Amino acid sequence: MSAAKKTRAVASRKAAAAEAHLRPERELRAITSHIFRLAKSFDLPEVEVHVDEVIDALTRFANNTIHQHVAEHGLTVSLRVVVDGRTARVTTNRTDEDAFRGALESAASLAASQPKDAGLLPLPGEQKYRHVRRFASPTASLSAEARARAVKNACALAEGKGQVAAGIFSSGQSQSVLANARGLYAAYRQTQAEFSITMQQGSATSWAKANASDYRAFDPQQLAKTASEKAARAENPIELAPGRYTVILEPAAVLDLVGFLFYDFSATAVRDQRSCFSNRLGKQVLGRNITITDDVYHPEQLGAPFDGEGIPRERVVLVDQGIPRHLVYSRRSAKKAQTKPTGHGFALPNEYGEAPMNLVVEGGKTTLEEMIAGTDRGLLVTRLWYIREVDPYEKVMTGMTRDGLFLVEKGKVTQSVRNFRFNQSILQMLQNVESLGPSRRSTAEESFEMVVPSMKIKDFHFSEVTKF
Amino acid sequence: MWDYCGHSLDVARRRGATYADVRVMHFRQRDLTTKGGEVGTLGQSESIGLGIRVVVNGAWGFASTDQLTREGVAACAAQAVAIAKASALAKKEDVQLAPEGVYVDSWQGPCQKDPFEIPLEAQLDLLLKADAAMRAVKGVTLSETDMQFRKIDSWFASTAGSKIHQRRVHSGCGIVATSFKGDAIQKRSYPNSFGGQHILGGYELIEAMDLSKHAPLIAEEAVALHSAAQCPEIRTTLILGGSQLGLQIHESVGHPIELDRVLGQEANFAGTSFLTLDKLNHLRYASSIVNVVADARIAHGAALGTFAYDDEGVPAQCIDVIKDGEFRGYLSSRETAHLIGLQRSGGTMRTESWNRLPMIRMTNVSLLPGTWTPENLIADTDDGILMETNRSWSIDDRRYQFQFSTEIAWEIKGGKKGRMLKNPSYSGITTEFWNSCDAICNADHWVLWGTPNCGKGQPMQTMGTGHGAAPARFRNVKIGTAFSNE
Repeated sequence: MSAAKKTRAVASRKAAAAEAHLRPERELRAITSHIFRLAKSFDLPEVEVHVDEVIDALTRFANNTIHQHVAEHGLTVSLRVVVDGRTARVTTNRTDEDAFRGALESAASLAASQPKDAGLLPLPGEQKYRHVRRFASPTASLSAEARARAVKNACALAEGKGQVAAGIFSSGQSQSVLANARGLYAAYRQTQAEFSITMQQGSATSWAKANASDYRAFDPQQLAKTASEKAARAENPIELAPGRYTVILEPAAVLDLVGFLFYDFSATAVRDQRSCFSNRLGKQVLGRNITITDDVYHPEQLGAPFDGEGIPRERVVLVDQGIPRHLVYSRRSAKKAQTKPTGHGFALPNEYGEAPMNLVVEGGKTTLEEMIAGTDRGLLVTRLWYIREVDPYEKVMTGMTRDGLFLVEKGKVTQSVRNFRFNQSILQMLQNVESLGPSRRSTAEESFEMVVPSMKIKDFHFSEVTKF
Repeated sequence: MWDYCGHSLDVARRRGATYADVRVMHFRQRDLTTKGGEVGTLGQSESIGLGIRVVVNGAWGFASTDQLTREGVAACAAQAVAIAKASALAKKEDVQLAPEGVYVDSWQGPCQKDPFEIPLEAQLDLLLKADAAMRAVKGVTLSETDMQFRKIDSWFASTAGSKIHQRRVHSGCGIVATSFKGDAIQKRSYPNSFGGQHILGGYELIEAMDLSKHAPLIAEEAVALHSAAQCPEIRTTLILGGSQLGLQIHESVGHPIELDRVLGQEANFAGTSFLTLDKLNHLRYASSIVNVVADARIAHGAALGTFAYDDEGVPAQCIDVIKDGEFRGYLSSRETAHLIGLQRSGGTMRTESWNRLPMIRMTNVSLLPGTWTPENLIADTDDGILMETNRSWSIDDRRYQFQFSTEIAWEIKGGKKGRMLKNPSYSGITTEFWNSCDAICNADHWVLWGTPNCGKGQPMQTMGTGHGAAPARFRNVKIGTAFSNE
């Protein structure tokens, strides 16, 4: 083998390795230990270090061909110092000695430049964590070729139906180590894969998407088939007048809306009086069939079992049979409220406090088909789009339906319908839920992944109609 | 940095790339916030790495790395080539790039006062004073302030021979007063909502904004909104303040003209566009007084969409988008230019960071100034509503139907600005709305607003864009739908 060939072979192997493997956890731990030693030499005994490594790849297609195909590999080191009642954070993706020294010096300087914070807590000590297993080796090693072949098959299905496919197939792995100088040490790694597809038939479109820790949990070709069949039904939409309709929201559409409540469950948001649950805790605000928890340990959830300060995440019942009962707390907001932290704090320093990131909406037993069969007149909604808050206290949201809106008449899907704009209070909506489907992990574009059911809801408010 | 660029291009070429370009980018960022008189976020970050884009077998591949060593960038280039070969498995046609010159250049954007050289104490003191001025107003339940600074160095090189270094400093600041009373939350922001104003420039922006001076007024307005009349549901004349009009341009002109959307490349995420190719030079987009350009040149102003070269090495340009009301041009790239008969890219390929692929993005999409003054505009309006400062925004995935709400509004009666209105909103269809524009204020009232948070692409990229706008008037607009129950 020539020298040039050898070089290429080594580079090739390294490229393959970079695509497939995270560093051993001990290397990340060694970075934290090294920074603690350096910090002592700077007389900075109170230091917290986050080391995060991400390997992601994404195959993107449109017009039945791959048009973007990317991969990234990065590691960041983020450290926080606490000095005399003051704190500051510095983050770098350089991992040499000079970078760490510079980061410590900058953090100390930033911290010293601010007024003393009477509410700042010392770093927490060692914690115990519940183990979660969310790393699937086959997903970590999924190749560009494998993703490309799956995409090719989906595009072939589209072409065979005279349709046009667009979407993504991504796979990746990540790990985080969080340690502080008081002995706290937390480590977590996960894989994640996602397939999303939009099928276009003429001017009609439909969509399907799945996301899981293990790519084998979903079938890209089945998702393509689902989107293809719905796109075929979506042609020649009729225009209906805006107004209040009974709607059947598929899980993605439920997620799109309910996900916007997440920060309202933050104790800091309630204290700041910008949560829709301000003055409403303990009251029958939602329907009795609505129970929402935050549960990172749910088998269909992803995410680390600790928060931005390394506090173990707890399962919290946020809404119990329509009554908002509990909030989530960081250490700081917990102290102010004289309660215990729930393990939902963001990395400090920040002004937001905390939020639940693993929402689970309790489901029911009514299948989507049964909801349709039991509806005399209503609309079946595939997904929602461009949702924004209109009224923060009544939690009125606006947005559009997208990629498949269908009229249901006398228990059957009869027509495709032009997309509507809605202006709808989520609180009112969750008072009007007539039936719920089984909960499952769902993914869309307007909120983060959640475990949610489909919902049949009366009097959903559509205010205007668009041109397609 | 040029060594890493050159070595990665060499590796890509040896492995079969017929074209490659590479970006080494170094970001330095500082974020400061306060809330209720206390420091919120206080942090600095830096990120440096390399991303390489290659064409192999007529298909694209991209890979990125933070391992800035000869071995690291070589492995990254090899991975990009392997990915491109995989892409070719599902290829329809070979990538075709519009011709472009070769440039060796270095450019630095304007920055009178380097924000990273200003003592942090002074920056925090400025924010805390503005924060205190808002809290001094009775009824304010939450006060928030923020500053952000970014220094971006980028080194671009291509197998064609271009080598371009650019340095840009972006600065931004804003304040928000919130008042919760009864069953309503009202808020006012200055100089704009969602982070304030952002420019290509330094600390001179922060000084010019004079946050403390404006803090009492917006705090008083936030409280006063509780007592204001509800904005009616009506069809009437609408006058939009400059910052809200900037966002209107962003959503209903800037996004629809992105050629990748038009061609279906964003169909799965950001959406497509009603501006199909047949509409170029054939659509009356707006009334004849409306002229919109996409201008990345420094001559247009120092904004978030200003640069000397885009991220595929094409010089900054000014593109006519709407000329005398007629639709004249898209935002294009080297790969898409030929599809609309252009000989050359419009120079709008931009990337969020070294680990992201450049894509078609807005530069500074601006409505050119008209001839009116705000005083004359109001005096000339018998019956209407003046709205200012965005509160929410939403538009469908083909960019036809939109709805915006703003923080505050005032009634206009008999040519005079009257009582304050709360919960204002308006909605419409893009081309109908722009065709109803009958007055635009002059250059004295034209501001190049910065939108720092434009999301697009998979994986998602956030980009800063610029939008020049002066207050303007629109006739027969649907008002108040967002708060209607019917």
